[in-house]
Amino acid sequence: MALSLENVQLLDCDVEEPNSHILLQPRIHETKPVYTKFPVISEELCDYCGKCSKFCAYNALFVAPKTVMVFPELCHSCGGCALVCPKNAITEKERQIGVIKNGEAKGVEIVYGELNVGEAMAVPLIREVKKQMKNNKTVVIDAPPGTACSLVASVHNSDYCILVAEPTPFGLHDLKITVQVLKDLGIPMGVVINRAGIGDRKVYEYCKKEKIPLLLEIPFSKQIAELYSRGIPFAVEMPEWKKKFQKILDKIERRREW
Amino acid sequence: MVKQITVLSGKGGTGKTSLVGSLAALTKKTVMTDCDVDAPDLHLLLKPEILQTQEFKASRVAVMDEEKCIQCGKCEELCRFNAIEKLVIDPILCEGCGVCAYVCPVEAIELRERVSGYAFISRTKYGPMSHARLNPGEENSGKLVSLVRQNAKKIAETENCELIINDGPPGIGCPVIAAVGGVDIGLIVVEPSLSGIHDMERALGLLIHFKIPSLVCVNKYDINEENTDRIVEFCRSNSVEVVGKIPFDTLVTEAMVAGKSIVDYSPKSRVSEAIAELWKRTLENI
Repeated sequence: MALSLENVQLLDCDVEEPNSHILLQPRIHETKPVYTKFPVISEELCDYCGKCSKFCAYNALFVAPKTVMVFPELCHSCGGCALVCPKNAITEKERQIGVIKNGEAKGVEIVYGELNVGEAMAVPLIREVKKQMKNNKTVVIDAPPGTACSLVASVHNSDYCILVAEPTPFGLHDLKITVQVLKDLGIPMGVVINRAGIGDRKVYEYCKKEKIPLLLEIPFSKQIAELYSRGIPFAVEMPEWKKKFQKILDKIERRREW
Repeated sequence: MVKQITVLSGKGGTGKTSLVGSLAALTKKTVMTDCDVDAPDLHLLLKPEILQTQEFKASRVAVMDEEKCIQCGKCEELCRFNAIEKLVIDPILCEGCGVCAYVCPVEAIELRERVSGYAFISRTKYGPMSHARLNPGEENSGKLVSLVRQNAKKIAETENCELIINDGPPGIGCPVIAAVGGVDIGLIVVEPSLSGIHDMERALGLLIHFKIPSLVCVNKYDINEENTDRIVEFCRSNSVEVVGKIPFDTLVTEAMVAGKSIVDYSPKSRVSEAIAELWKRTLENI
């Protein structure tokens, strides 16, 4: 899709397992560390009153009679503990949770995040990736799988969502719950069916019933699967697909009347 | 002691759930869990009969009383999640930390508990199952995964099961960490694509980080045998055993459409034989 449109910025928000760069092989011109804050307790000032741990909604602090334990990987960096501390014993320090990389490939600007292995929280990194968004470009966001907070952070404030679904029972089930999230968020959407031809017709029936437009069908093809496995976007080797991806954008724009 | 295995992949859609569904059919005295709580699919194959439903309350959301609000703007200024804009709280961005309610001078903001999902204890024709459903868009999937695993442990103890098999979520973030913590083996399912290999390396990195013994199996290995060789070589150089290679077969999708695992649907197929073989080798590692 990114390679088929003009003036595109691609944001890969699947920071746990980013893959766009494997397909696009961008030249990276900037790598920036991303930090998140966590509390540090001054043992001198602290009187172990326990107000911070009582306040913390994420169990990131534990106060024992003579010591305070901090679990940085549970901390959401809300700053509440420092606010409630009556002794001003809490300051905040930064620690790195990953990086974001800026690059360019075949005229496409690409930004992606890479969460450090062992790090639990993807959302702060996703927010940093989205901060790189350029308003004068068509921005394509590659969202993570699932329907939890990482997905919500990735699609929040998007003008439109393209849902990629496989025409199988698993595909249908995952599609239904994702549609529910997008409905709750009030984001208009359409469906691209991938590996069309396998499975059954239930995804099609569901889209029709829910009045979700079918934007494109990508057939199950050994050639596409093989290109993908080698890390080659199929629109590069099969350029007739570029027009089809452009048409998706036309369809979306007509529906949305920006 | 009950042994535990988590099947994971890094990447979504590599065939974890199809494999786990088959393992359910191949094992006895086993509790199956679906730890992919925000997009669970295992129930589509195992067709559980739900015996018990638990509400999962793990998060709060700030709610403002506009009549009490004096528009001082302190809440908006201190909210780190940008969840308050022009004195309106966006419940989607709110992470329930409570800072806004704490700083409000007129107590106009209250934190309400929200039901983030449900955990289920069920029975299937293969044995007990522990699973859950996170409400769409919710946080705390890691905590719900922990609840699913706690439930599984309890069932294993009361029903004398020897093994728990966890169907893991994709990625390497909080729900995955919750799904692999303390297990005896992490079994990674990888597809022989460049992105699959990249994701496997990160998933393996996660298991090593948490000192969990790892095994790898290649699904649809014949889609790109050159990449399969690379996976095998990579695993060898990292002393990780490749316990099996499953061929590509459209029968797997046919079985899914029929709502069955491949082992039930076509027990004599090459795929089923490969799964039985990889399972044998997996058990040798426990």
